[in-house]
Amino acid sequence: MVLCFLIHTVCPVGVLSAGESRILYSRIFGQEEPVLSGEGRELTPEQRRLAQKERHNVVARQVRSAVCLSREASGSVCAEAVLGEETVALGEADSGVLSLGPGEPFARQSVALWLGVQALAFTLVCQPYENLLLAEGTLHKLARYCLEELRLLGLGSEVLLKSDRVDALLQRLLPHGQLLFLNHRFAQNMDKELSSYMSK
Amino acid sequence: MYAPGTESLIKQAREIQEEELQKFYGRVLKQLQSSKDAGGELVDSLQRLHLIVSATKYARTLPPELSKKLQALLRSPSSPEQFHALSSAILRESLPLSAQSLSIEFNQDSRALSYLASVVLSQAGRKEDLLPLCQHLLRSLESRQPEIQPPKHTLPILSKMFTFSSLLLSEDQVNLVSRKLADWLRYASVHQGASISSGGFFTSPRTRQPALMTEVDGAVAGDFFTVLCVGQNYTDDQWMNMYTFSMVKSWLLTYNTEGSSNVDSAQLKRTQVIQTPYQDDRSEMDSSVMSMVSATSSSSRLLPPKERLREKAFEYCHRLIEQSDRKALKRADAELQKACMVEAVSVMDIICSEDASYVYRAFPCIKALHGRLSTDLAFARALLPVAQFYLNHSETAAVDSEAIFCQLFSRFPAELFNEPMLAFEFVHFCLHNVSVLQEKVAVYRRSFPNLLKFLAWNGPGLISEFMELLPSLLAPDTALELLHTLLDLPCLAATLDLQHRSACYQVQNWDVWDQQGAKMAVSLEAFRQPTYRGLFLYILRPEAGTGDTIDRLSMLHEALEGMVESPRVVHCAQIVPVLLHVYFNTVTQLADERLINQLLQVLVERSSLLYNIKSFSIEVQRVFSMHLQTLCKLHPPLIVDQYKELLEFASTTTNIYSKEDFYTHLVWVIGEYLSLSYNPCCTVELITSFFEGLEAVLFEITQVRQSASPPRYTPRLLTVLMTALAKLASRSQDLIPRASLFLSKIHSFAHSGPVEICFSEDDTEEIITCAQELNNLLKLPNVAQFVLTPAAQADGPRWHRDTNTALPHRMRAISSLLQNHSSFLPA
Repeated sequence: MVLCFLIHTVCPVGVLSAGESRILYSRIFGQEEPVLSGEGRELTPEQRRLAQKERHNVVARQVRSAVCLSREASGSVCAEAVLGEETVALGEADSGVLSLGPGEPFARQSVALWLGVQALAFTLVCQPYENLLLAEGTLHKLARYCLEELRLLGLGSEVLLKSDRVDALLQRLLPHGQLLFLNHRFAQNMDKELSSYMSK
Repeated sequence: MYAPGTESLIKQAREIQEEELQKFYGRVLKQLQSSKDAGGELVDSLQRLHLIVSATKYARTLPPELSKKLQALLRSPSSPEQFHALSSAILRESLPLSAQSLSIEFNQDSRALSYLASVVLSQAGRKEDLLPLCQHLLRSLESRQPEIQPPKHTLPILSKMFTFSSLLLSEDQVNLVSRKLADWLRYASVHQGASISSGGFFTSPRTRQPALMTEVDGAVAGDFFTVLCVGQNYTDDQWMNMYTFSMVKSWLLTYNTEGSSNVDSAQLKRTQVIQTPYQDDRSEMDSSVMSMVSATSSSSRLLPPKERLREKAFEYCHRLIEQSDRKALKRADAELQKACMVEAVSVMDIICSEDASYVYRAFPCIKALHGRLSTDLAFARALLPVAQFYLNHSETAAVDSEAIFCQLFSRFPAELFNEPMLAFEFVHFCLHNVSVLQEKVAVYRRSFPNLLKFLAWNGPGLISEFMELLPSLLAPDTALELLHTLLDLPCLAATLDLQHRSACYQVQNWDVWDQQGAKMAVSLEAFRQPTYRGLFLYILRPEAGTGDTIDRLSMLHEALEGMVESPRVVHCAQIVPVLLHVYFNTVTQLADERLINQLLQVLVERSSLLYNIKSFSIEVQRVFSMHLQTLCKLHPPLIVDQYKELLEFASTTTNIYSKEDFYTHLVWVIGEYLSLSYNPCCTVELITSFFEGLEAVLFEITQVRQSASPPRYTPRLLTVLMTALAKLASRSQDLIPRASLFLSKIHSFAHSGPVEICFSEDDTEEIITCAQELNNLLKLPNVAQFVLTPAAQADGPRWHRDTNTALPHRMRAISSLLQNHSSFLPA
């Protein structure tokens, strides 16, 4: 099961302090287990939401530093790709994975899978026994769609205003955080549905 | 890519004024009420509303009327998907909670239900909040009519629910779902779904037999449907098959354990397995009416639902493994094959762990898979679950597992160290199985030079994993080699970098790497030279046991000089001290006298033999200093055993300038532990020779000459040296006059010109006081011995609690003697 999906910055953002990351899209798939089993029940819905957002921030920060370290180590300087060059940008993307210990920030041990495309990172947080090969493929697919449908390589702000497109995407490729074994035909069927959604 | 416009939009959304916000709520509400044919304007408003409620980490509360309207929009089956998506997202992000009011009556439309479920799932505060939705989903599964498929999205929602709480489902419900899952897995149609455009002008749709599914290589599907079957369109049950396989692992992990089924049924099942292993398969293949015939096949119908699911899941995985041998026409399918192999093997593993009778059926298939994968490193990640399977079950089946582990630990780290995902999975595989590997897989411990390649390359990303793993790699016979290897970790990183570059780049392209290209080129040149070959081969060795370290290490360091600024090397150097701490904390628990002696030798030797990376030596020496004390405390005779090396080190003044911290600690342990009370072999000659060594050093660094350069050491070093000298003198009273003479000279040294410039007034004061106190103590030799050489048990609590022995108590008595009654002192 995937716990959450984030799109966030890995570049310096003016108003944020160094090392911080701006989250542009976040989707959490359901509550965390301990909430339902009683722990943290004393929290109000506001506090729970706040804690959730803070957890996302922790993940984004950690991923950001992992992306920076990995880029520094490989010494790669990626050429700025522009709109229409999504495939190039994805081809040059860095990817990696990091383990999040219990309480750091999720109650249970989890794994954050990231894909750094230029100034942005796409991050999936999943349970530790999850099929990481499948998760990696899914993350790649999600990133490609997001780059194309939200025109992320451009200068617009579709990622904020058209976030329902990501919702529709997740609804199909990652329903409720469930990773799916989609062969190319299943994927094409979903593609068709998606393109009719996006064209609206 | 990330535009300032985006940033300012977030700012606007966060800082919107209350009044303006209320107005906006009102406008959205009006649009929601008025529009029968909702248009672009409403979409635009909802998108903005979503931004406003989601942009801040503090929750916003919607007016109740608006919240209700949005809920109605979410429930309405007729509204377009975009409205479902938007209303669901807004309700998820805002208050008041709407989960309860949404849980009253559920929609039959699959998609709308799924969007609604996402609100319920994200807002549920208690398990009970999920129950209505859960019951609804289960009712839809229960439908008796086989032609009516439950909504497509049922399974992912259900899957999310039971990962929250396995208690959500009763035993009967678990059985119901298990039965359904087994059917979907095994009996989905093998014919393609009807295409919307099927039946052209000339062909009537009725006469056309739907085509069979194909395999990923284009051949007609030879057996039952799986996610690796390709067709133009998929029927509902084929979609369910895909959803089922996607969730079956977590289902089995949650509900596989035997709750209700009894021994008899397990027995029954086992006999069936032996008699008719693949009866279902055959009956299905012979039949044209696939699913119905198979669904009623008697053999598996007899099994309790959980066991039946296990059987079906096992067959499914078996088929997937066979299918993944086919050459896929599409790249996406080739990727999926790999993911399927991983999933299939781990599902089989789970099943075998629950019911060992499956182990015998699984092994032929797993062995064949291993044979297929082992030659091609592209399948390395798929081989890890296979290794896990061997680790868990090879004993049960009496299968030899050595080959797979040899391959795993020798080839993977050496050749795939630069793949971060594999590195992560590999290291976690080791962590997960650490105790079994330690016990049963001999090659594991020997392979630490290889395993550390993952760390050297990936650096900080794997540090916490290796901190956990390191103790398991430590064995008495390889402890020294491991220490050397850890100290050489940055060299390993540099060498791997060179190896990688030399494989990737052509000679003529050296200078285009980056600014450091020229320097690196020198190192790369060395890497290719036969003179250095032996050195690099040693650093890159796959297994331990070829010797603790090499003679010409400094030559290697010189050869790698060009790499010291490479980020990978710098990152690696930063994590070494952390690992050294873990190493020493572990090794001190298992080390015997011999090993401790050897460790001390390594500390002394390696303190000046380190790869020259900025601040690396200082950090490492700091760790050495700390653990030097631990080693001595653990085994005090060490000082006498190793006196030659220690004396040489302590008498060499230049050591002060290159490694002051370590030197200071060494002098301290000499003063502390070179004593008869710790070691009966400690002779007067030994004490005298150390005394003379330290005396010479102290003399050299405290010379008062006008031409002398100001001291390049800290006052702490001086006081530690003086104290050590006094301690030694107190143990051999012939030395006391020499020590006293020296201590009395300190006053003039401290007030000499260059020293006053260099040390602060407080420091000078401190030095003089220390010298004076020591001098006073030495005037009463018996007291000096008592204070400067306390009995070895001085650490014990009794020394501090019992008033008759209490050290502070005695100290007070002595100081009053020294200060108030100075007339007692000999002239």
